[in-house]
Amino acid sequence: MNEVLLPFILTLDATLRLATPLILCAMAGLLSERSGIIDISLEGKLLSGAFAAAAVSTVTGNVYMGLGMAIVVSVAMALIHGFACITHRGNQIISGLAVNILASGLTVTIGFAAFRQGGQTPPLSADERFGPIILPFADALRDVPLIGLLYSELLSGHKLIVYIALISVPLVAWLLFKTRFGLRLRAVGEVPEAVDSAGISVTWLRYRAIILAGILCGIAGAYLSTAHGAGFVREMSAGKGYIALAAMIFGKWRPWSAMGACLLFGFLEAASSRMQGVELPLIGQTPVDLILILPYILTVVLLAGFFGRAVPPKAIGEPYVKEH
Amino acid sequence: MKNVFRGLGLAAVMAIAGVANAADFKPAVVYDLGGKFDKSFNEGVYEGVKRFTEETGVEVMEFEVTNEAQRQQAMERMVSRGATILLGVGFAQADAIDAVAKENPEKQFSIIDVFWLDQPNLRQYSFKEHEGSYLVGVAAAMASETGTVGFVGGMDIPLIRKFACGYVQGAKATKPDITVLENMTGTTPSAWNDPVKGGELTQGQIDRGADVVYHAAGGTGMGVIRAAADAGKLAIGVDSNQNYLAPGKVLTSMVKRVDIAAYQTFMDAYKGKFTPGVQSLGLAEGGVDWAVDDNNKDLVDGAIADAVDQAREDIVSGKVTVHNYEDDSNCPF
Repeated sequence: MNEVLLPFILTLDATLRLATPLILCAMAGLLSERSGIIDISLEGKLLSGAFAAAAVSTVTGNVYMGLGMAIVVSVAMALIHGFACITHRGNQIISGLAVNILASGLTVTIGFAAFRQGGQTPPLSADERFGPIILPFADALRDVPLIGLLYSELLSGHKLIVYIALISVPLVAWLLFKTRFGLRLRAVGEVPEAVDSAGISVTWLRYRAIILAGILCGIAGAYLSTAHGAGFVREMSAGKGYIALAAMIFGKWRPWSAMGACLLFGFLEAASSRMQGVELPLIGQTPVDLILILPYILTVVLLAGFFGRAVPPKAIGEPYVKEH
Repeated sequence: MKNVFRGLGLAAVMAIAGVANAADFKPAVVYDLGGKFDKSFNEGVYEGVKRFTEETGVEVMEFEVTNEAQRQQAMERMVSRGATILLGVGFAQADAIDAVAKENPEKQFSIIDVFWLDQPNLRQYSFKEHEGSYLVGVAAAMASETGTVGFVGGMDIPLIRKFACGYVQGAKATKPDITVLENMTGTTPSAWNDPVKGGELTQGQIDRGADVVYHAAGGTGMGVIRAAADAGKLAIGVDSNQNYLAPGKVLTSMVKRVDIAAYQTFMDAYKGKFTPGVQSLGLAEGGVDWAVDDNNKDLVDGAIADAVDQAREDIVSGKVTVHNYEDDSNCPF
């Protein structure tokens, strides 16, 4: 039975790897948007985090320093976004886009100046990256039917950040729905006037939301360049921030549904790379083009066909003006 | 004293002659996406450019395009800055150089990886990548213990299919029952720069039993080599010698001597011996080869080296013909 299941489980394993940055970014977007700030800048924060992590890891040889710097840089990008659209009440989409463009240009320019490798960082060696974490008893349990395989192949052996991503979902759900901070954060995204009249600072709440978002995006960036990949390559975020944003909307601004959407996107990508050139009954060898467009087609079908009305937070996109 | 003056005069005359020569001759190169330090194709060209500059002292104007729209602009700018010979890198620049060469019939142009254009002032270099890929296919089949080897291509275009086809032929000629898994990264130019996807494709092939994976995918290949090395399997590099990227985990590299093309282009133009037309570089011309150095000499022990040398001999002598995918858009293996 294990032989039949193994390819499927390995695909799920890849799903988890590919969904990790999406989940972290979707949680970041969720926190930000629930507070009323549209977060188009996920992509830029992800990319700048990826660059900072790879650059610092390669210089210091310490992957945790890289992770720390990724968070710092990503939060800094978030603060630029916040300064423009919270403090100065600028257009949130434009300021988010500005962050993306800034990240895309700055990473390559700094990378070029610092490493002289066409905007890349030098490839990272094994100890400059996150290693796999083997969960206890993974080898001992391997031979237990089904459960053993699930545990040892699917759950065990991932990089630290994969587990952080999985934990981030209940954490964000708890923060949003079970704490006073979460209640206020949601309120500030729906009726900021009410929060303001209760004597709580709308500005400070929103800043806290985007700082949290920055931290999560920084971790996702470090994952791209120092855990899943081995070094920074220009534009390596490859639209993942936007996909995460779509997944979050797909998940109707709810943590668990957003995670489900991220896993779905991850699964489609994992399946598409594994199904290339595989012989299928009736069709024969699967054509490359068909496999490559499959995730996009499915996204459209799913979004159009199975997706009910999504209600965004009421005050999203509107800068809060204290006095009219 | 007189002699000193005469000597100085001679030196001055020579210097003036040198300056005049340098002023008339202005070489330029336009690197493609990936940049000149991509550890692969563009860097190979850069090696050739560097050798030319070291030997002649003539600086080469350089431009690295960062998006597709810049190619023709960059070439036009080089020409307007006085370039007399311009080298384009990669098939993606074919249309751009075709247009610019037509507009500037008095200048000389050369392009690597193109053979289908027709301009009286354009030299085109094509490589017999299928022959080099055949060699590494032989090496892969010899090194494989599982009887399954893999190939990861970048963008799905005939050129990359040509790599794949030669590789399959070489592998099957060595072990007729071998399985070769093939994957392409994508159908757009971003497929050259996606190491994460390259790594996933490689992992997928390893999960299906592959233990040697050959890449022809530019920057994406960094992910291929990393994934193979992480899994304790072997990778095969491409274009430039990539054995050092994961010492002991890169079986060999299929080197395409683009540096020779770059060096030849500028040297011929420098000496006034520039000729248009298509130059095809294969095993016999030293244009393609497999790479053996300190990083992989323990991997390619006697049996593998012997088999590869034999294959090279057979191809050069004409005993074995490697099928070129671009001839009939078909791979018979």
